[in-house]
Amino acid sequence: MAKYSDLEYLKLPKWKRFLYKIASFFTSIPGGIVNGVKAIGRFFKMVGLGIAHFFRDLVLTFVHGDWKTKISYVVMGFGNLARGQILRGLLFFLFEVVFIIYMIFTGSYWLSMLPSLGKTGPHEVYDVVLDTYTMVYGDNSFKILLYGVLTIFFIAAFCYTWYVNVKQNRIAEQILKSGKKLKSGKDDLRSLVDDQFHKTLLALPTIGITVFTVLPIVFMILVAFTNYDGTHDGYNNNLFHWVGLDNFNTMLGTGGDSSLSYATTFGEVLTWTLIWAFFATFTCYFLGMLVAMAINKKGIRFKKGFRTILVLTIAIPQFISLLYVSKMFAKNGIVNGMLMDIHLISEALPFWTEGTWARVMVILVNIWIGIPYLMLIATGILMNIPADLYESAKIDGASAWKQYTKITLPYMLFITGPYLLTSFTGNMNNFNVIYLLTTGLPTNPNLWSGATAVGYTDLLVTWLFNMTTGAESSYYMASVVGILIFIVVAVISLVVYGLLPSVRNEEDFQ
Amino acid sequence: MANTKKTKKHMGIQAANRLSNTAVYIILILISIIWLIPFVCILLQSFRVESTYQVGYVIPRQWGLDNYLNLLNSDFKQWYINTFVIALFSAVFQTIIVLCMSYTLSRFRFKMRTFLMRFMLILGMFPGMLTMIILYRVLKDLGMTQANSVPGLILVYIASSGMGYYVSKGFFDTIPKSLDEAARVDGATRAQVLYKIILPLAKPIVIYTILTSFMAPWGDYVFARYVSMGTSSGMNVAVGMFGWLSQDQINSRYTMFCAGGVVVAIPVTILFLCLQKYYVEGVTGGAVKG
Repeated sequence: MAKYSDLEYLKLPKWKRFLYKIASFFTSIPGGIVNGVKAIGRFFKMVGLGIAHFFRDLVLTFVHGDWKTKISYVVMGFGNLARGQILRGLLFFLFEVVFIIYMIFTGSYWLSMLPSLGKTGPHEVYDVVLDTYTMVYGDNSFKILLYGVLTIFFIAAFCYTWYVNVKQNRIAEQILKSGKKLKSGKDDLRSLVDDQFHKTLLALPTIGITVFTVLPIVFMILVAFTNYDGTHDGYNNNLFHWVGLDNFNTMLGTGGDSSLSYATTFGEVLTWTLIWAFFATFTCYFLGMLVAMAINKKGIRFKKGFRTILVLTIAIPQFISLLYVSKMFAKNGIVNGMLMDIHLISEALPFWTEGTWARVMVILVNIWIGIPYLMLIATGILMNIPADLYESAKIDGASAWKQYTKITLPYMLFITGPYLLTSFTGNMNNFNVIYLLTTGLPTNPNLWSGATAVGYTDLLVTWLFNMTTGAESSYYMASVVGILIFIVVAVISLVVYGLLPSVRNEEDFQ
Repeated sequence: MANTKKTKKHMGIQAANRLSNTAVYIILILISIIWLIPFVCILLQSFRVESTYQVGYVIPRQWGLDNYLNLLNSDFKQWYINTFVIALFSAVFQTIIVLCMSYTLSRFRFKMRTFLMRFMLILGMFPGMLTMIILYRVLKDLGMTQANSVPGLILVYIASSGMGYYVSKGFFDTIPKSLDEAARVDGATRAQVLYKIILPLAKPIVIYTILTSFMAPWGDYVFARYVSMGTSSGMNVAVGMFGWLSQDQINSRYTMFCAGGVVVAIPVTILFLCLQKYYVEGVTGGAVKG
C-alpha cells in the first residue's frame, strides 16, 4: 500500500481518505503483532538477564563477604542478628524455621504426590470385627493439587526471602564499611508508615489477591490438564489424574471424530459471543451518546429529571430488573398478554423460545441496561469539549451532522478508546445479562457438549458456568473454556491496545 | 427593510430551534416511559392479590398488601438480613482495600509497581467464574458454605477487591502531587499525608467506592448460588428470589417476587439517588481513563 504524507493525504477526496484509513488499519495489524512478539522477546531477555545477575550477585557476595555473611547463607538472619538488627534477624530466622518445619511435616508429602495426584482412591476394606466391608478413603487429589501448588508458592517465597536475606548482608557490609550506622528495628517500624508506607498499604490487598485470585487461577489452569469432573472428584468417588493435552484436543477438534462436536460448539458459541460483544458495546455506545447529547441540548429543561429516570436501571439491582423484564416477555407475560388483548397478534410471540428472537432480545434489553452508564460517561466528556470549537464550526456554516462527525465523535472516540476496549471484553464475559434473561436458552439442537445442553444465547462464560453445575459437571472442560476465553480476550486487547491513539503515557495525566 | 429581513431570519432560527427542541422532548419522554415501564409494572403487580401467577394485564383487579405480608412469613427475611450484612461488611472492608491499593499505585513509584499493574491487568482477563469451583471447595472445607455462607461470601468479596482499583486510582491521579510534596517538606510522614491531606480531598471517590461495594452484593447471583448450594438459610436475595421464578414455583410466587423486588430496590435506589452526584463523579472521572 502506498503511504501518503500529510499533505498528500489532505489532497485526497473523502472516500479515498476513508479507504486509506481502513487500509492503514489493516496494514498496521502485522506491525502490532510483530511489536507484541518483540515485546515478549524483550521480556524473556530481561528475565534471562535478571537470572544471570541474580546468580552472579549470590556468588560475589559469598566470595567477598565476611564470616557473618557466609553463615547467613545457611542460617537466615544470622548476619542481621550479629550486626545488631535484632528485629529483622529474628523475622528471617523465624521464617526459615517455619519453612523447614512445614516442608518436613507436610510440604514434602504434597510435593511427592503432585506428579501422580494420589495413588489409592476410595476402596472397600473387609472389617474383621464387624464382618462387613467398609469404605476407606485414600488420597485426596483435590487437596494434593491445591496444597502442591501452595507448597510451590511457599518455596518460591522462601527462595525470594533467602535472596533478600543475602542481599541485606551485602548492603549492611557496605554501610558499615563507609562508617554509617545501620537501621535499628525502631527505624524499620517507623519507615513502614513513611518511606516504606507502600508496603504497609499493599500488604493486605496483595495477600488477598494472591490467595483468592492467583492461586485459584493457577489451580484451574492445571485442572485443564486433568480429568477432574463430577465422577472424578478426587476423594469421594474416584481420584483424578493428569491427562496432558487431551482436553484441549477434544475442545479444538484435533482429537479425532468424537471431539468434532465440541469443536463445532466452541466455534458457534465463540462466534455468538463476539457478535454479542460487538453489538452490546456499540449499540449502547452510540445510543448512549445520542441520549446524552439530547439531554444536554441547549434549551432542554428537566435535565436532572431525565437523568434520574435513566439511572434507575443502574440503581436497581440487575437481578430484579432483568428477571422481571425476562418474565414480561415470557409466553404468558405482560407484553404478549397486552398485544393479544388488543388483537394485534393471535399467538404469543416467541421472544425467548426462538433462537434469533432471543438473540435480538438480549441485545435490545442490554441497551436498556447499558445506555445510562454511557449517558453518564458521555455527559462528562461532552461538557469538556471546548465550546468555541462549535462556535467556529457554526460560523463556518457546518451543519449539526458535520459538527457531530467532525468534533463530537472524534473527541469521544479519542477519550473513550480504552473504555470501549474494556467494555467489549467485559461484555464478552457479561454473565448477568445473559443468565438472568435467558439462562442461555433456547437450546440449540445442533450443538452438543457432553452432558451440558448449549443454547442460542449462551456465551462462552455461561457455557462455562453450566459445565460446572449438576452432577456430571466437567470441571476440566470448564477450565479449558476459561483458558480459551483468556486467550481470546488477551489477543483482542493486545491488538486493539497497540492501535489506540489515546493510550498515552500514564504520567502525562498527572 | 434589512432590519425586518434580519428579524425574520432570527425568528426562523428560533422556530427551527423550537421544533428541534420539541422533537428532542418527545424522544426523551418516550425514552423515559420505556425506562419506567418495567418498574411501574413490578410495583403495580406487587399489589395484585386476586392471583399469584403471571397474567397478561398490568393493573391489579384487586389491590392489597398480601404479597408483602407473605414475605414476612417466608425465608425472604433471612435472605434480606444475609444480603444486608454482606453488603455492610464488604462496603467497609472493600473500601479500605481499594483505597489502599489505588492510593499506593497512584502516589508511590516503587520497583514492583508496573509489574503489579500489568499482572493485575492480565489476571483480570481470566473469567472470574473459573475460580469459583476451587473457592467453593475451599470454603466448604472451612465450613463456610450452605447455612454459613455469609462469612464465606464476605471473605471472597473482600479478598479480591484490590483488583478493582482503576476508578479510584484515576481519581487520585487528578489530585496534584505538589500537595503531597509540600506536606512532606513540612515534615509529615507518608501516612500523615494520606490521613490529613489526601483523604479529605478524596471524599467523592471514597463515597463512590462505599456506594458501589455496598450495592454489588445485592445483585450477585453466581457465586452466592454456588456457596449457598440450595440451603435456604444461606442464600442472598438474588439467589433466593431467582428460585421463586423457577418453573415449579412461579405460579405461586410471582407476585411475591414483585413485592420482594420492591422491598429490595427501594432502599438501594434511595441510597443511590441520594449519592448520585458522587457516583457520576466517579464514573465520569475515573472510568474513562480506564
